[in-house]
Amino acid sequence: MAQLNFAPPPPNTEATERLRGEVRGFLAKELAGMSAQKRASSWGGRDPDFSRKMAAQGWIGMTWPKKYGGHERTALERYVVLEEMLAAGAPVGAHWIADRQSAPSILRFGTEEQRQFFVPKIAKGECFFCIGMSEPDSGSDLAATRTRAVSVEGGFRVNGTKIWTSGANAAHYMILFCRTDQKGDDRHAGVSQFIVDMRTPGLTVRPIYDMSGYRQFNEVVFEDMFLPTSALLGNQGDGWKQVTSELAYERSGPDRFLSTFTLLIEGFGMLANRVDDRAAIALGRIIAHLMTLRRMSRSIAGMLQRGEDPATHAAVVKELGTSLEQEMVEVMRLLIDAEPDGSSNNPYIAVLAHTIMSAPSFSLRGGTREILRGMIARGLGLR
Amino acid sequence: MSETTDLLRDMAERLFGDGCDKAALAAAANGEWPKALWTQMEENGLTNALTPENAGGSGLSISDALLALRISARHAAPVPFAETLLASWLAAGAGLVAPAGPLTIAPASGVDVPALTKRDGGWRLSGRARRVPFARDAAAIAVLTADGAMPMVALVDPKLCKIENGKNLASEPRDDMVFDCDLAARDVAKAANGVDAHTLRLFGAAMRANQIAGALSRVLDMTVQYTQERVQFGKPISKFQAMQHNLAMLAAHSAAANAAADMAADAAEKDMDELAIAAAKTRCGESASVGAAIAHQAHGAIGFTQEHMLHFFTQRLWSWRDEFGKESDWALLIGRSAAKAGREKIWSDIVTA
Ligand SMILES: Cc1cc2nc3c(=O)[nH]c(=O)nc-3n(C[C@H](O)[C@H](O)[C@H](O)COP(=O)(O)OP(=O)(O)OC[C@H]3O[C@@H](n4cnc5c(N)ncnc54)[C@H](O)[C@@H]3O)c2cc1C
Repeated sequence: MAQLNFAPPPPNTEATERLRGEVRGFLAKELAGMSAQKRASSWGGRDPDFSRKMAAQGWIGMTWPKKYGGHERTALERYVVLEEMLAAGAPVGAHWIADRQSAPSILRFGTEEQRQFFVPKIAKGECFFCIGMSEPDSGSDLAATRTRAVSVEGGFRVNGTKIWTSGANAAHYMILFCRTDQKGDDRHAGVSQFIVDMRTPGLTVRPIYDMSGYRQFNEVVFEDMFLPTSALLGNQGDGWKQVTSELAYERSGPDRFLSTFTLLIEGFGMLANRVDDRAAIALGRIIAHLMTLRRMSRSIAGMLQRGEDPATHAAVVKELGTSLEQEMVEVMRLLIDAEPDGSSNNPYIAVLAHTIMSAPSFSLRGGTREILRGMIARGLGLR
Repeated sequence: MSETTDLLRDMAERLFGDGCDKAALAAAANGEWPKALWTQMEENGLTNALTPENAGGSGLSISDALLALRISARHAAPVPFAETLLASWLAAGAGLVAPAGPLTIAPASGVDVPALTKRDGGWRLSGRARRVPFARDAAAIAVLTADGAMPMVALVDPKLCKIENGKNLASEPRDDMVFDCDLAARDVAKAANGVDAHTLRLFGAAMRANQIAGALSRVLDMTVQYTQERVQFGKPISKFQAMQHNLAMLAAHSAAANAAADMAADAAEKDMDELAIAAAKTRCGESASVGAAIAHQAHGAIGFTQEHMLHFFTQRLWSWRDEFGKESDWALLIGRSAAKAGREKIWSDIVTA
């Protein structure tokens, strides 16, 4: 009854392993000389040139239809590219959101015109997206959104503020979640999504620096911003359905357990031939967890390919995966006698500092731990 | 999933569901041999699942056999199913014909390996084996021993051995044995190519991983159901968010155990890949610990009683996580192999396992 079944993932094939070899060859060349600290940024690291080079290999939009610039490859082939990129610490951040969720949403809900306009550009690595969901008074409680788009002649007029918007300063477009109709009894009704050009008059992006001093995210303010009707994603009022259908894509991937992989590798590098039994047990356990998570995550890739909606499964992967990432920091700290210091020349020490400072965000972004546990409980029939 | 797998699943669910009610589990914990259940398993071709069809067995695939085993553990079946599968696999691989009835293997635990020496056209087996599962109930024990460096399988009648009864936390027999007996030439043979003590331990670990996954999935069902029925402060305790979050973690650990057990089953079917099975047993062991603790917390005092069914499952989880190598044993192997492979190869080893 309460069981969440993770069906066996599609098996590796000659094609996936050939592809893996190509990706590794590409990365060996493109990432040569990249510092460990940069690699530790994982999918937070942005490099538009790198994104374009990946696109030239056909590694963005891998599963999308060819007529929209995609490559019609399998979910598992896409998975191979993603996990190899993450394991190597490649700077995939510029296109990550667009590839992971924006284009899939446009393909699924957008008009034919929107598909033709946006998706090929995304697949070429020339068009980056950000997510406009969170607001100052609407975090976990997304339906409490206050940003409003009011119908006017030819379109909508938008007022409100989005916050914590990752990469808003580098993105070309935002998918904006906001209220289009009065809040009624059903708080999930009357919300919609728009595709917003970041150059639209009335839109201002202000930086927010995270506690490490990085410009991780931004505040985006809309003041009487006009959007044409053609900016509406799908039907007016379908916003809730649209965002919930993205969740499985957003939460099930290898980015939810491999974003600290560089720390593990640098830890092994630092210990070199001093891996004693205590260290081997602690590190071996982490690898056991990673292997299991990888199987679960690939299983979800298979479900998505079959058109299923494994949102609860994805919540399980994200919760177990981000917990492991956070725990990994503690395990490494206690094993290796070194104090974290971001300015150190020692790659492990610098990566440790970076990872300690980013770890709190793992269980916040993309749905907090508590929200995920609530979702899993709902899946169990408890709420 | 193939059609035979579906049929097998249904049959096993029915068979173990019917045969493992509370009375049956309590009787077995008191030392009674569950004869009716075992007969049912024999009649449905489960006990000789890993014996090839041409040797009179049902010749199931290893992954189907492990599926049936997982279902047996979902019902806490108090029988040496895993051990019989292991013993018949060892025997069949060596070309030996095991007698009918429950079987077990040695060594199952610890470092002792009984020694084999040639004697009068036959063999002599001497030495000890600790905590042999169900030795007292077995028709034969498949002992993995060695002739010099050559791994050998010996089929031994337990009546020829000294047995000191012991048990695990769930009161499943775990008996210490002393071997000092002559064996006929036909009861001893070379183990199948590539099968040695380490392989046996790996296969045993894959079995326990699947049993943990099965028992934990039942613990999850029981806990979800109990928290929906138990009312405090005027509502079912499942309505409290603290309870919901704990149950969500129980479900997550149960799902991870199932995935890890699948990983072990795939490896056992294919090539006994050491890394995959080691990872699976490590992961399942951890799920067992976390899951059992959450389940007991959610059940309150009633779950702490002999009266309630929960302990049949949690006590098995607490035993099985240690048997055929506990988390730290297998994690040690993984960690050492990663250290040996070196940082450049860690990822590719994870991917190929
Ligand atoms: C690095 C980073 C990048 C981000 N990028 C983006 C982005 O690009 N776009 C975007 O839209 N957002 C982004 N976010 C925002 C993120 O989605 C929110 O932080 C998250 O949804 C939580 O909202 P909040 O921060 O307002 O916390 P709150 O919702 O106020 O939560 C605070 C605490 O209360 C708990 N809580 C809240 N409600 C409940 C409940 N019902 N039951 C139990 N506990 C509850 C939460 O779990 C949390 O522990 C980003 C966040 C971070 C840290």
